[in-house]
Amino acid sequence: MCGIVGVANLREPKPIPEELLSDMLGAIRHRGPDGFGIYRHDWIGLGNARLSIIDLSSGDQPIGNEDDSLWVVFNGEIFNYLELRPELERLGHRFHTHSDTEVILHMYEELGPGCLNRFNGQFAIALWDERQRSLFLARDRVGVRPVFYTLAGDQLVFASEVKAILQHPAVRGEIDRQALTETFTFWSPQPPHSIFKNIFELPPGHYLLLKNGQIQIRPYWQPAFVPDEPGRSSESYLEELESLLIDSTQIRLRADVPVGAYLSGGLDSSLTTALIRSYNSNRLDTFSISFTDPRFDESAFQGQMAEELGTDHHEVHCDYRDIAQAFPDVVWHTETPILRTAPTPMYLLSRLVRQHNFKVVLTGEGADEFMAGYDIFKEMKIRRFWAENPDSKLRSRLLFRLYPDIQRMGASGAFLVGFFKRGLLDTTSPFYSHQIRWTNTARTWRFLADDAANKLEPDLALPEGFSNWPVLSQAQYLEVVTFLSPYLLSSQGDRMGMGHSVEGRYPFLDYRVMEFGGRLPPDLKMPVLTEKWLLKRLGQKYLPERIWQRVKRPYRAPIHRSFFDPQPLDYVTELLSEDALRATGYFEPSAVVKLAQKAAGGGELSEVEDMALVGILSTQLVDHWFVRGASRQHRSVLPETRLVVDRTGILQ
Amino acid sequence: MDPVEEKISRYIADNILFSKHGYPHPLDASFLENGIIDSMNVLELVMFVEENYGFKVADEDIVPDNFDSVTLLAQFIRRKQALKV
Repeated sequence: MCGIVGVANLREPKPIPEELLSDMLGAIRHRGPDGFGIYRHDWIGLGNARLSIIDLSSGDQPIGNEDDSLWVVFNGEIFNYLELRPELERLGHRFHTHSDTEVILHMYEELGPGCLNRFNGQFAIALWDERQRSLFLARDRVGVRPVFYTLAGDQLVFASEVKAILQHPAVRGEIDRQALTETFTFWSPQPPHSIFKNIFELPPGHYLLLKNGQIQIRPYWQPAFVPDEPGRSSESYLEELESLLIDSTQIRLRADVPVGAYLSGGLDSSLTTALIRSYNSNRLDTFSISFTDPRFDESAFQGQMAEELGTDHHEVHCDYRDIAQAFPDVVWHTETPILRTAPTPMYLLSRLVRQHNFKVVLTGEGADEFMAGYDIFKEMKIRRFWAENPDSKLRSRLLFRLYPDIQRMGASGAFLVGFFKRGLLDTTSPFYSHQIRWTNTARTWRFLADDAANKLEPDLALPEGFSNWPVLSQAQYLEVVTFLSPYLLSSQGDRMGMGHSVEGRYPFLDYRVMEFGGRLPPDLKMPVLTEKWLLKRLGQKYLPERIWQRVKRPYRAPIHRSFFDPQPLDYVTELLSEDALRATGYFEPSAVVKLAQKAAGGGELSEVEDMALVGILSTQLVDHWFVRGASRQHRSVLPETRLVVDRTGILQ
Repeated sequence: MDPVEEKISRYIADNILFSKHGYPHPLDASFLENGIIDSMNVLELVMFVEENYGFKVADEDIVPDNFDSVTLLAQFIRRKQALKV
């Protein structure tokens, strides 16, 4: 795990100053504090901040091939590098290190961009071909690791995080109003947009090629949810899932440092932890979050699971005030507005991991998307069932199962039913499953100063045949591309881990598991309203009944109480003041001031008001850190700590 | 505007819509169809009614027929007040 940076000339050779690359690396030194490397050529400069996990002694980057014509910097892991290496050696490639990074170089020599199809991993790769004078910039299939880029004059500037790109003298941070509205609808800007104008995210499963000043961006993988033809037994699928998950977990334990695990108390992380336990006898450390507020706390289940598996368990306790205090740092790392505080406890959790000298943790993300665990899938199925007979007084009552608090809505639950009736008959829309969520979130637009760019549907090139996919598959696809990749894996995943130099690894996001989830017939994922049916069958084998049978509880963290109970911290008061809101100009000051007064009044806020509150505060913080130049002081990478490969002046 | 309608619409404009231009919808506009309130806001409106009009709202009265627009809510309040007298 690491961070990468780079600047490439599009028109003419002009060596990139070493100081600029050092400043860019300095901005993301949290991603890789163990060593820094720079490669310089007349046409490009590359940099790497390394978190050493595999091949501690000789894995420093940049790494060149046998004749120094190809150079790579790399963020992430190629988990199947041990299998790929002998294959490459048989083809005559000589290796100088034991790292997975070198496998990238030689596989690229063999297959060009096609090498990506051979990698099982989570990565961002920047590879420079001196002979061809071409740059190959690539990102893993589902976007576990980030890459951003922009054009600055005649240069392409790219990095793992935007804050490194902002070190370039010709780049400035400016919030893109359209991306802001997207955030206040889908919870994040939709790729390739970032929250910053003219700074883009390389979409997951894509690569960028730069040659002769021309940039091309191409996809190499996208999630597909086309079920197998009927005929296989559920037992046969269960066996396949088990063997895939055992292997995807095992190869994610490959590291020259100890590997721990997150334990949320739910099915997914309990299962991956149990799989580690079943096939390894070493000591295992697990890490969890507990909350003072019992509505969010799962520590009883976490404790049970840790005891069951005999792990050395560690817990970080999270109070309202902890969230408010850490929040400015959290937004420094997300570098984009967020509508939930849930990333903050993840940030505190990675700090705990680091305090115990761990750099790597396995975690359960991805199961809810690919094995169908979320309530939004059930909600879609209930609404379609209801739409079959919209006048039925009974069909809509299935919603009561999803929302047990319905009694608070009056005896009949008539209002809740009313909310879900909006667009009920629009069943041919490709976005049917997500329309309620997006419409509901868009109610936060009432706080935006300018929602002219409003759109309730994402700009998505849907896969061929999408309209013929089963409805559950369509919903799963939308959840992956609009939510998992741009939000969960980013603001709540990569950034919160890397904020404390901790790498998360995701057995459920092994591409073989994702593709299995795509092929799995819907009735083995969610028969009627039972979530993750097949995965639960596997859970039955490895977990106590009280864990695998638990009703799923979404991971959330308190919002308005964190910021206002008992008193707001100074920065909250300041950033939500009428003057500060007027100065930034993104929101209607009078509306926000009223919202803040309501939150300070101590009553409950609605879900939409909670989202608006944290969205506004985080936008103000993004502006503070990255637009107004209040950027945190960070140290450039000092000359004595960096390895420099200087190939300027070398003609090919 | 009738004072009941005015009070309800002002409350919603100030505390739910956070609007600086007053209540921006027709008084008979459906709360549900126009996304004016959400589930928590319904309960907030129930509290508003109880605090301001001196009667308890029964669970079975919390239905769209009574709570889905300013007009419907005002009619509901007037009916209940008439019963009290």
